[in-house]
Amino acid sequence: MQNTDKPHRWGMAVDLDRCNGCEACVVACHAENNIPTVGAAEAARGRAMHWIRVERYWEGEFPDVQLKFKPVLCQHCEEAPCEPVCPTYASSHTSEGLNAQVYNRCIGTRYCANACSYNVRFFNFSSPEWDKPLHLQLNPDVSVREMSVMEKCTFCIQRINSGKLAAEAAGMPLKDGEIKPACVQSCTANALVFGDLNDPESRVSRLSRSPRGSKLLEDLGTQPKITYLQRESWDERLRMQGPIGRSDQENDSGKK
Amino acid sequence: MTPEKSNRLAEDLLRPVLHTSRSFYIAVAIFSAIVLCGVATWGYQIYNGLGVTGDNWPVFWGFHETNFVFWIGISHAGTLISAILRIVNATWRRPVTRCAEVITAFALMIGAMFPLIHLGRPWLAWWLIPYPSERGIWPNYRSPLVWDFFAINTYLTASLLFLILPALPDFALIRDRASGWRKRVYGWLSMGWQGTPKQWHRLESAMHIMALAIIPIAISVHTIVSFDFSMAVVPMWHSTIFGPYFVAGAIFSGIAALIIVMALLRKLLHLEAYLLPLHFQNLGKLLLTMSLLWGYFVFNERLTIWYGNSPHEMNVFWSTQTGKYAPLFWAMVLFNFVIPFPLLTIKRIRSITATVIASIGVVIGMWLERFLIIVPSLSRKSTSYSWGSYTPQWPEIVILCSSFAAMALLYCLFSKFIPIISIWELKVGQHPQIKKAAKVQDAQAAGELV
Repeated sequence: MQNTDKPHRWGMAVDLDRCNGCEACVVACHAENNIPTVGAAEAARGRAMHWIRVERYWEGEFPDVQLKFKPVLCQHCEEAPCEPVCPTYASSHTSEGLNAQVYNRCIGTRYCANACSYNVRFFNFSSPEWDKPLHLQLNPDVSVREMSVMEKCTFCIQRINSGKLAAEAAGMPLKDGEIKPACVQSCTANALVFGDLNDPESRVSRLSRSPRGSKLLEDLGTQPKITYLQRESWDERLRMQGPIGRSDQENDSGKK
Repeated sequence: MTPEKSNRLAEDLLRPVLHTSRSFYIAVAIFSAIVLCGVATWGYQIYNGLGVTGDNWPVFWGFHETNFVFWIGISHAGTLISAILRIVNATWRRPVTRCAEVITAFALMIGAMFPLIHLGRPWLAWWLIPYPSERGIWPNYRSPLVWDFFAINTYLTASLLFLILPALPDFALIRDRASGWRKRVYGWLSMGWQGTPKQWHRLESAMHIMALAIIPIAISVHTIVSFDFSMAVVPMWHSTIFGPYFVAGAIFSGIAALIIVMALLRKLLHLEAYLLPLHFQNLGKLLLTMSLLWGYFVFNERLTIWYGNSPHEMNVFWSTQTGKYAPLFWAMVLFNFVIPFPLLTIKRIRSITATVIASIGVVIGMWLERFLIIVPSLSRKSTSYSWGSYTPQWPEIVILCSSFAAMALLYCLFSKFIPIISIWELKVGQHPQIKKAAKVQDAQAAGELV
């Protein structure tokens, strides 16, 4: 899995045993990345944009139930299904392994979002708007996307770049844990760990090798760079039982 | 053929070109108004963004993409049928070919609009053209959408040639009969056609080459359209059967469209003497063949998925068999198989009316098929947390209706300016020697079958 031709290969570990579902990561991501909120009515029509979301699953039968949370963001796949399908290279792989979205190059075919198995790409169905005075708090390091372009998690590429620059200016090697995307920084339970997968001693590398680790939809061969850690594989159990949450009202019709 | 007969033939078929009735203007006005509504709606959609459509997370494609596949499918009517009938030298084809080729050209133009209409930023669509850019950026040749772009352009070029080449002698005929501006325009269109033996010979060779070339082109086009779906790792999209399945469906819906158009032309332009029950009988048989082939493909696709029992695919599978999309699925089976089968199988029932009823059903059913391929898969992708649904909004419905109006409008205008039945081919067909040869050929064919 290691690719040492490039100095960095960014990845993340998500400890599901730690996540308490507070959604601070979601809020931090919105603030950091100038993600517009679309309002309740549009959100109900499937137009909400959350580069990171906390999926909620129930485990067990009543009264012996347990609530589980799963933060899902772009998996930054090595073999990303979203990349080859874009006719204009708006969706492309960076030299450091990120799945980048070049907003100016996007013509809005939405093919990438259809091809993405994790549904972590979001389309600007309308012009982005912020309620006053929120329009004054936009992050100057992040471009505001215009209507009809696709957007997605960047692993806070602006923070990665400024972290690398700062290290270079100081003449020091980049230290593990120095770069923190907004979600990682705001995670109260320390469930999210970000770092360089090319450095075998980084925290994220060590966690990725943990026996508790697994990838989302690993069998699709997308080679995600996000590792989910959990005591036992409730993913397996989930698959047997079916999820309960946002889509529960639709389950009855679709399943046997 | 006697000169009087030849004259009557030309007069009958040129009548729509040289004389214009009031109902023509009314029809053109109505269809133009609907098309304008569609164009205005597209403008509204561009201005306000795709939020005005039913597209959403995670169903990013809906009606526009369905229409795209549907119209490209309809376009297979023409050229493919007329090319095959030319190659096998089926003499009954003569009055049918041009009607079919026109459907192809216009259905392709309409179909090719939908990749533009569905774009979020259609003014940037030219980025799919591999133009020399100072920044060295090319289109992404790995993307099926780029393949589409080239495939559709190739097919459009080929089918326009295939339509215009055999029309040259007819342009010349109008040139010789018309006066004033008409004479000039048709003189230009006929490109100096004099009807010399050399010209006839070249036309024949060119048509042979085109007929042979256009069959692989047509098949590749709808295969590439199917690649838009089958290349993605989406449950029930990622399928090896999609190429032939889409091509079969395309020819199926194409023949149905051809039958409907022929019936309308027969009534409206009084072509009862040229578009005979025989033509509807024969096309009805072709439609039946395609209906059986289509049913075979659906059975194959469904059975393998059900037997394989992969959980991701079964979610989509059951949503179409018994779930939310089941009414649409079973309506599709009804329209594409259950209704056409008896209507087209039993010889006593297979009248013009019956083939037209079957064809209307097939056109509806094939539209539903395209919808059922796109939407249920997207609403049930691999992660069940992000399942969704899709409800079309009025802009999509208006644009769908206006695409049909555009077809009607273009067809009306075409049959106004160019004889919709190839006059020279009919004349050739009525030549006593050719008639005799055809009879011998038919008898031989019948003998071989027995």
